[in-house]
Amino acid sequence: MTPLLDVRDLQVAFRTGPMLARRDVLGVAGVSFRLHPGETFALVGESGSGKTTLARAINGLQPISAGSVHFDGQRIDRLGRAAMKPLRKVMSMMFQDPVGSLSPRMTVRDLVTEPFRIHGVRAELAAETTRLLALVGLNDSFADRFAHQLSGGQARRVGVARAIALNPRLVIADEPTAGLDVSVQGEVLNLLNDLRERLGLSMVIITHNLHVVHHVADRMAVMYLGRFVETGQTDAVFRAPAHPYTAALLSANPEPDPDKARERIALPAEVPSLLARPAGCEFHTRCPWAQARCRTEAPEMRPHGDRHLACHFPLAPGARPPERDIPT
Amino acid sequence: MSAAVSDAWRPVRRLLAEPLGALGIALVLLVIGGAVLADWLSVYEPSRISPRDRFQGPSWTHLLGTDQLGRDLFSRVLHGGRIALSVALFSTAASLAIGVVLGLIAGYGPRWLDNLMLLLFDSIKSFPTVMLALALVTLFGPSLTAVVVVVVLVNVPGYARIIRTQTLALKESEFVTAAQSMGAGTARVLRVHIMPNVIGPLLILASMDIPVVIAIEAGMSFLGLGVRPPTPSWGAILNDGFTAIRDTPWIVIAGGLPIILTTLGFTFLGETLRDVFDPRLKGRG
Repeated sequence: MTPLLDVRDLQVAFRTGPMLARRDVLGVAGVSFRLHPGETFALVGESGSGKTTLARAINGLQPISAGSVHFDGQRIDRLGRAAMKPLRKVMSMMFQDPVGSLSPRMTVRDLVTEPFRIHGVRAELAAETTRLLALVGLNDSFADRFAHQLSGGQARRVGVARAIALNPRLVIADEPTAGLDVSVQGEVLNLLNDLRERLGLSMVIITHNLHVVHHVADRMAVMYLGRFVETGQTDAVFRAPAHPYTAALLSANPEPDPDKARERIALPAEVPSLLARPAGCEFHTRCPWAQARCRTEAPEMRPHGDRHLACHFPLAPGARPPERDIPT
Repeated sequence: MSAAVSDAWRPVRRLLAEPLGALGIALVLLVIGGAVLADWLSVYEPSRISPRDRFQGPSWTHLLGTDQLGRDLFSRVLHGGRIALSVALFSTAASLAIGVVLGLIAGYGPRWLDNLMLLLFDSIKSFPTVMLALALVTLFGPSLTAVVVVVVLVNVPGYARIIRTQTLALKESEFVTAAQSMGAGTARVLRVHIMPNVIGPLLILASMDIPVVIAIEAGMSFLGLGVRPPTPSWGAILNDGFTAIRDTPWIVIAGGLPIILTTLGFTFLGETLRDVFDPRLKGRG
């Protein structure tokens, strides 16, 4: 089966520095993954790990410096804007800020029907408005409102309606729950799950919220400094994280059950600067399990049991960090 | 529905609630009314020369008196209002249109184009208005067109800069990126997603610029760079009266008073408009 989305060794470089000392900084440093039709794939990582840049690169909003992106077997990363346009009907994107991603002077009606106008799709726009609003659980009375008259959750629903307006095959959702109350987050996730099943959507979800991942994603990838460090089935990764970074992320995730015993894995130090990537394994500066080999030799992304992993010393299920003096 | 109607009227009501705003509206309506109804209100042909009636003081036959050629000043002032207003409205509208387009291009386009356009704007702005007017009139001869061109050249750089700055700020905003990701072309992004969000402050500024334009027209006509002599213009009336100011001051008053009233009216209106739409600025210069 042809994957719907096939990303191979994708890199995004940014130019920084003064005129004579120009240098490239890799925001995304070689990432590969495949998304099959109907599947939901989550990208997880801290702020600055390159998640959003990766999403923008897939969508063609950000030029890539190496690697390739194939959509349904067609290479799309070298397409010009005109050639890309028809693909934008079948590949839509949702942005982080629920209100900020809606044009402030447009009514909800105009917002959700904008894709029809952009692509010159002939349709009964009034009926489409009603249909789309109903799909995301809003009634017609919202049609004449402006973005600033909506709550975060309502604005997010409008964003979802706009993203699915032309029956896309792929939706890339950048932090679909950012800026929403926890209860509204739940509603939005249920909505996404529901639409995914009803419309047969494939989704790439970018988030730092692990609850979101657990709730909607079939597979997930953990990103650190623009690289994947662990990918696998969501359930498997949650059950037994094999990369120390994944384990630390999961241990930092708030647990609703107060009686459950858990040990937080504290990561020392800050995220390294992209301008000064650590030698060897890029996570060794913060890894509680780091050993001599980690400081010199960079681990490759390799199959490890039911997943792929970039670590010299994969964790056994339930591993606890070794005792050591944490530098202050 | 009723909410929408009251929403639309709220600025107007607030405008009328401000004494300065109400005065501004009254003055502007007076001037516009005079210009529109000029043919009906004026008893005399504005350009009809009647040597026997020259230099007559204000009276019931000639409300504002007559000038050195015996032309009725009241009729000339009314018809001069037409010139002043049509030049002001037309050239302001033209400046707005050109300024908005150039500003959007400079703000949204590539960096080098932005820099090039800024250089151009600054070069035009560095010309004193009078020098620019003289230079253009030397090239094309005195005419209303010359006045309009001068006004447009003077206004466009400032308008374009305002639009450019706001466009730059919105260019990276999520709703613009969202429009791009949906496949909207540059023209559509600019027209539908950016322009409605940047034009508001400029409209208010432009309404405050109308008196400046009227002063430019009057000034150029006073200097003989604007409308050709028989055509009535406030600036030309001022010039007519200027030579005889010692003996017959009413000619200068007839030419100057409408300029002052119009300028005040539009300025009051513009300032109140600004306060109504942007209350944060209230009370500042």
